Amino acid sequence: MLERTNEGNKRETAAVLIGLALLVALPFLADAIGKGFYVTLFTRILILGLAAVSLDLILGYGGMVSFGHAAFVGIGAYVVGILSWHVFDGSPLMTWPVVIEGTENGFVVWPLAALMGALFALAIGAISLRTTGISFIMITLAFAQMLFYLAIGLRTYGGEDGIALYNKSGLGSSIDLFDKTTFYYVCLAILVVFVWLCRRLTRSRFGMVVRGARINERRMRALGFSPYRHKLTAFVISGAGAGLSGALLANAAEFVGPAYMSWQRSGELIVMVVLGGMGTLFGPVVGAAAFLLLEEGLADLTEHWQIVLGPVLLFVVVFARRGIWGWIAGPAREDR
Amino acid sequence: MLETRDLYKRFGGLVATNHVSLSIEAGELHAIIGPNGAGKTTLIAQLAGELRPDGGAVLFDGRDVTALPVQHRAAAGLARSFQITSVFPPFTALANVALAVQAHAGHSFRFWRDAARDGRLTGPARQALDLVGLGPRADVPAELLSHGERRQLEIAMALATGPRMLLLDEPMAGMGPAEGAGMVELLRKLKGHYTILLVEHDMDAVFALADWITVLVNGAVIATGTPDEIRSDPEVRRAYLGEETV
Amino acid sequence: MNTLLLVEQGLNGLQLGVMLFLMAAGLTLVFGIMDMINLAHGSLYMIGAYLTATLTPLVGSFVLAMVVALPLAALIGMAVEVVALRTLYRREHLDQVLATFGLILFFNELVRIVWGPQPIFLKPPDWLAGTVEIIPGVPYPAFRLAIIAVGLAVAGFLYLLITRTRTGMLIRAGASNREMLGALGVDVKRLYTLVFGLGAALAALAGAMAGPILAVQVGMGESILILTFVVIVIGGLGSVRGALVGALLVGMVDTLARALLPTVLRTMMPPSQADGMGASLASMTIYILMAAVLAWKPRGLFPAHA
Ligand SMILES: Nc1ncnc2c1ncn2[C@@H]1O[C@H](COP(=O)(O)OP(=O)(O)OP(=O)(O)O)[C@@H](O)[C@H]1O
Ligand SMILES: [Mg+2]
Repeated sequence: MLERTNEGNKRETAAVLIGLALLVALPFLADAIGKGFYVTLFTRILILGLAAVSLDLILGYGGMVSFGHAAFVGIGAYVVGILSWHVFDGSPLMTWPVVIEGTENGFVVWPLAALMGALFALAIGAISLRTTGISFIMITLAFAQMLFYLAIGLRTYGGEDGIALYNKSGLGSSIDLFDKTTFYYVCLAILVVFVWLCRRLTRSRFGMVVRGARINERRMRALGFSPYRHKLTAFVISGAGAGLSGALLANAAEFVGPAYMSWQRSGELIVMVVLGGMGTLFGPVVGAAAFLLLEEGLADLTEHWQIVLGPVLLFVVVFARRGIWGWIAGPAREDR
Repeated sequence: MLETRDLYKRFGGLVATNHVSLSIEAGELHAIIGPNGAGKTTLIAQLAGELRPDGGAVLFDGRDVTALPVQHRAAAGLARSFQITSVFPPFTALANVALAVQAHAGHSFRFWRDAARDGRLTGPARQALDLVGLGPRADVPAELLSHGERRQLEIAMALATGPRMLLLDEPMAGMGPAEGAGMVELLRKLKGHYTILLVEHDMDAVFALADWITVLVNGAVIATGTPDEIRSDPEVRRAYLGEETV
Repeated sequence: MNTLLLVEQGLNGLQLGVMLFLMAAGLTLVFGIMDMINLAHGSLYMIGAYLTATLTPLVGSFVLAMVVALPLAALIGMAVEVVALRTLYRREHLDQVLATFGLILFFNELVRIVWGPQPIFLKPPDWLAGTVEIIPGVPYPAFRLAIIAVGLAVAGFLYLLITRTRTGMLIRAGASNREMLGALGVDVKRLYTLVFGLGAALAALAGAMAGPILAVQVGMGESILILTFVVIVIGGLGSVRGALVGALLVGMVDTLARALLPTVLRTMMPPSQADGMGASLASMTIYILMAAVLAWKPRGLFPAHA
C-alpha cells in the first residue's frame, strides 16, 4: 500500500530480478575470473543480509530502533556451536528432565536456532517495548550486552575465546555444506524465502498495524488497536530470522564466540539496514553487500579503515538518507 | 449515551477541566463551544481515554469507562477525530480508512492476505470514502491530499471504525468556505445515525447543526441548552459570543 | 561473609557508583534537554583518560595533568557538538545513533593511530598511592577514597549549579519542558553547547580517574557507556537526581553481586562451577535490576518529563 508509482514499481521489480540473477550467477562469475574467495565473501553477505532484513522488519517497518540485534544472531550461532560441541565431546547437553544429546543435524539445529532467537526476542521485547525512543535503544543495547557477558561466562563452551566447530551442520547426504558453492546456494535460498515471507507479512493486516504504529502510534490507539502485541510479534519474528542467520554464520565461520553479540555488531547491522534503505527489505541485503565490500576494500588500503568508515556514516546520515535501494529502485512512498 | 460526572483535570496550576458534568443523549448532536484554550480538546481527550482525569467519571452507555484505555473505548464504539489532522501520510486514502476498518473487524489474523487487496477491508473503506466525498481520491497518498481532504479523511477513518458515537474536534478547522459547507452537509447526513459530540469554532455551523450546546470557558461549563437558549443567554453573550464574533 | 569484606566491597561499589554518576549526569541532561542519544559520550571518557595519561609525565603531576586535560576534553566535546551533533538534534533517534556510532569508530581509530593499540598504565599520584585504614584493620586504597570524595563533591557542585544558578534553572526547565526554553528567549544553541561541554568535562574526569584503576585502552569508553545507559534508564531520562540514585544503585549492586554471588553459589555446588556461574550471573545482575525497574516503572525511578 505504500505503492511506488507504477513506473517505480516496475523499476523495483527489475532491480530485484537483476539482483537475484546476479546472485545466482555469482559462483560461476567468481569461477570465471578465478576469484573463488568471492563465493565465501558473498556467503557472508547473504548471511548478514538475512540478519539485516530481519532487523529491517522491526526497524524500517516498525520504527523500533533495536540496538541489540546481534544478540539474537549470537544466540543462533551458539545453538549450533553448543550442540555441535556436545557431539564432539560425547556428553549430553542435559540429562534432566529429558536427555538431550548434541546434534549436528541441520534440520534440527537450524530451526532450533530460529526458535531460540524467537524466545529470547520474546523475553527481551516484552520488557523493552514497554518503553519508546531513547530508552528503547538503550535497553535493547543493555540486554544484548547482558547476553554478551553471559556468553563470556560459558566457560564450558570456550568462555571469552568461543569454540571452533569441528563439523558443519548436516543436511542429508546430498547436500554437503563443506562445498562452498553448495553452502552459498543454501544461504541464498534461505534468504530469498525469508525476504518473501517478510514481504507478505509487511503487506498483510498484521504488517499494516506494525507500520501504522511506526507512523503514528497514538492514532492507532484511537482507532482501537493495541499495537504492543503486534510490535512484539514483529520483534519475535525478527529475532527468529536473526537466530537463523546466526546458525548460518556459525557454519560459515566454523566458529562461535561472544564477539558475535558485541554491541559493534549490532551497530553494524543498523548501518547495513540504513545504508541499503530502511523499510524496503531488499535494501538491507544491498546494504550488507556494500558494508562488507567497503570493509574489504578499505581494509586493503589501510589497517585503520574505521577512521574512514566513521565519517562516511556521519555523511550518509546527514546527506544520503534514502539508502542505496532508494537510489537503485526509485523512491518509494514511504521514504522519509 | 455518554455522561461525565464532575470531571476534573489540571495541568500544573492550570485547571483545564473544572467539574464538568455533561449528558449526551443517544442520537443527538451535542456541540461544545468556547474560546481558544477553554479546554475543549482536553475534554475530548478525556472522553476518548487518551488523558486520565484527575477526578470525576466518564460513563459510556451507563458503564463507567473512566479507567478504560483509549483503544478499548474505541473498540467499544467511541471514535474521535483530531483537531490537528492525524492520518497516516504515506498510506493512500483507501489504506488509511482500511486500517480503520481493520481495527473494527478485530481478530482475523489473516497473515497471508495482502491487506490492500482484501475486499473485506477495502469494500467498507470505499463506502466510507464515498460518504465523505473522497471516493475519487481513494488511491492518492494522504500526504498529497489537500488540507480539506485530509480533514474529510479524518472523518472517514472515524466512521470506518464502526462507532456508535463520534467525538469530532473542530472538523472544519482551517477549511475554506466551500469545503466548510461540504463538511456541514456531511455532518447533517451523519446526524441522527450517530451520536455526535462536536467541538467547533464556526458558530454558523454549530447553530445550524446542534440539538444542544454547551459553552465551556476556562474549563468550566458556563451554560448549556438548546441553540435558542444559548443564543439568548446573557452570560454567554458577555463571556463569549459578545467579544468574539467568529 | 565477614563485615570487613562487606565494608570494603561497599566502598568499591560506592566508587563505581560515583564514576557512573560522572558519566551519567552529563549524558542524561543531553538526553533530557536535546532529546538526543549520544553514543560518543564514552569517547570523551576515553579521551580524558588518554590526555591525562599523556600529560602526567609531561607536567610531572597527575592532578595537574587532569587540570589541563579536563578543559581540553570540554573543548573537544563542544567542538564535536558544534561540528557534528548540532545538526542532529531535530533528527530521528536512529540518525543520532548512526552518526554517533560513526563518531565512536572515528575516535577509537584515531586513538589507536595516535597512541597505538597497547594499553597504557597510569599510576596514581604518590601521595594517594597508599592505603588508609578506614576502620581499624580495614586498609583501603587512598586513591579510591579520593575518587569517592571527588565524585561526591561533583554531585554537590552539580546540585548547587542546578538548583541555585540561572543556568541551572534553564537546564532544569529544558530537561522537563524543551519547548519552554525557546519561548523564554534563551540562546538555546549556546546553552546546548555549554551543557555538552559540561558533560564532556565530567566524562573526562571519570576517565582520568579510572586511568590508574583500569588500563587506559581503546574501547574503554564503550563498556562504561553501556553501564551508564543502564543507570540512566533506571534513574529516568533527563533527571540528574535519577542519575545519582541509579548510579549508586548500579555501582553497589554490580560490585556486591560480583563479590558475593560466587561465595553464595559455592555453598550449593562445586567451587569451579560456582565461580564460573557466579561470575556470569554477577555480570547479569544489573541488567536484571534494570528489567525489574522497568517492569515496575517503564519511565525509570525519577522521570523528568511529566
Ligand atoms: N498536555 C498539556 N500540558 C499542559 N497544559 C496543557 C496540555 N494540554 C493542554 N493544556 C492547556 O490546557 C488549556 C486547554 O487546552 P485545550 O487544548 O483543551 O483548549 P481548546 O479549548 O481545545 O482550545 P482551542 O480552541 O485552541 O483548540 C490550554 O491553556 C492549554 O495550554
Ligand atoms: Mg482544541
